Amino acid sequence: MTLGKGVNTGNRLAGLIGLAAVVGLVAWWFNRAVDPSPWTEIETEMLRSLWIGSLPPLAPDPSNAVADDPRAAKLGQQLFFDQRLSANGRVACATCHQPERRFTDGRAKGQAIGTSKRNTPSIVGTAYSPWLYWDGRKDSLWSQALSPLEDPNEHAGTRMQYVRLIATDSSYRAAYEALFGPMPDLSDRSRFPDAAAPVAEPQLNAAWQAMTARDRELVNRIFVNIGKSIAAYERLLMPGPSRFDAYVQAVLDRDEAAQHATFSDDEIMGLRLFIGEANCTQCHNGPLFTNHEFHNTGVTTFPSEVPDKGRIVGVRSVKSDPFNCLSAYSDDPVKDCAELYFARTGPELIGAMRTPSLRNLEGTGPYMHKGQLATPAAALDHYNRASLAMIGHNEAKPLKLSRRERMQLENFLKTLAAPLATPTEWLEAPADNDARLAALADSAP
Amino acid sequence: MTNDMRSAGVCLRCRVFFRYTTVFVLVVALLAAAMAEENRAESADSRVWISQSGLFEVSYKSQQHPITINRMHSWVLHVETADGQPVANADITLLGGMPEHDHGLPTSPRMTQYLGNGEYLMEGIRFHMHGSWEITITISAGGDRDTVVILLEL
Repeated sequence: MTLGKGVNTGNRLAGLIGLAAVVGLVAWWFNRAVDPSPWTEIETEMLRSLWIGSLPPLAPDPSNAVADDPRAAKLGQQLFFDQRLSANGRVACATCHQPERRFTDGRAKGQAIGTSKRNTPSIVGTAYSPWLYWDGRKDSLWSQALSPLEDPNEHAGTRMQYVRLIATDSSYRAAYEALFGPMPDLSDRSRFPDAAAPVAEPQLNAAWQAMTARDRELVNRIFVNIGKSIAAYERLLMPGPSRFDAYVQAVLDRDEAAQHATFSDDEIMGLRLFIGEANCTQCHNGPLFTNHEFHNTGVTTFPSEVPDKGRIVGVRSVKSDPFNCLSAYSDDPVKDCAELYFARTGPELIGAMRTPSLRNLEGTGPYMHKGQLATPAAALDHYNRASLAMIGHNEAKPLKLSRRERMQLENFLKTLAAPLATPTEWLEAPADNDARLAALADSAP
Repeated sequence: MTNDMRSAGVCLRCRVFFRYTTVFVLVVALLAAAMAEENRAESADSRVWISQSGLFEVSYKSQQHPITINRMHSWVLHVETADGQPVANADITLLGGMPEHDHGLPTSPRMTQYLGNGEYLMEGIRFHMHGSWEITITISAGGDRDTVVILLEL
């Protein structure tokens, strides 16, 4: 009897210890299984890296002394919307970069004086990119802004014409001089002709070559300052938080109710594919959904055109560009040009194009460098098949996603749509532009 | 009878105790293993990599901790001979790539400075994708030439 009791007590003790261990194990397992977020730690970190809250403040641009001067941004905005910056007085930057279409134009290729060689990319968020254009042939916003102004298919004017516009429009002149100092006297037409630029067109080029080196330098400086003002404006164009960002916020807060209120199951599945099986984040990574790099993804050539060589030509071009980071026109005294200095070349850049931000996806089709694909669904189909590249080597591998999976991915991509973070007064022609142009028209004989 | 009962009772107690202790020990072991895994991940870049022909031992320190994608940064490579002597005046080239994707680094990093004591500054390194990277470093010093491949998971 006594012994039996002793056995019972001993059993009970062992049972209790065992039970505690089991409860501990179950509690640990249970907690692990019902983590409020269904995402693993690694996946959550991936989501955080794509979240707009991970976008660092825009770094200063030492090559542009007025990059963050609001007066320069104001002047840049006026220039951006001014059609007088063209050969025929009817093309402004905003002709192709339309604010209501996230600064694109809805066409396969830009349409201005002529037809551009490639698709009009968005400007939103590009201040973060070390390279501009599809092939990265420019290494700063200000240097990029100069090219279309003299491209015969785009604005088709000359730097001499633009510089004279700044000198003769009293409002532009005042804004310019406040930023860059006194404007030189350009009234002598024998020194400063009406139209002159180092372009392919023989007459314009001859007029430019006839000018003295010193006068050409004077004009170049003012021309570059036009670019730097436009760049100051473009630095303000930033994407705003989307529904996707609200979802990630809810994941980071471990707020399950908010997660389900923000995303449908299909959108969550689409996001899972996006960061997983579909390999999208290999290039569309970081808070802007782009690595700002160049990839050949086997996009078919534009009908009746030879394949576009892309970055392999762009990298050569930027290294010899007269307005690149190493040029005398950069305001950076130490010429810190690591991007240019360490830029790579090589055969894998044949046919490679810059990864565009997916935050600018909505309403900006057709897509790809020549607008070859009309819709996001067509783009997803393209990556699903991943055919051989026409030139170079297609980095993408066939995804073999089902129709439903592609639909889920597309649904997820739609959640990236959001209004710009930029205040609306910057997203239209400045109010005083119209008034000034009307005044000019009135004063005309 | 009483003795039989007692021995049977002790045995039952033993079994129950043994069973729960085993579960407990297993849980502790699992947790310990998980923690050890974490520590290994943290000290990844202090590892010494031996070149293919065994001529050099190489370690690197990244300017970035942890290494994040899309940011240009530099590494300091430490190069020693197999018997632990720092290697001076070496020519060093660095190539990187992702074997899974058949592409290289987005930049052309270069050795820009010898810092003394077998240490070399490699500038212009940037990774633009998550995944498995192979960094191939070729070292030429005193007529010897050898290659080391550093594996990196981002």
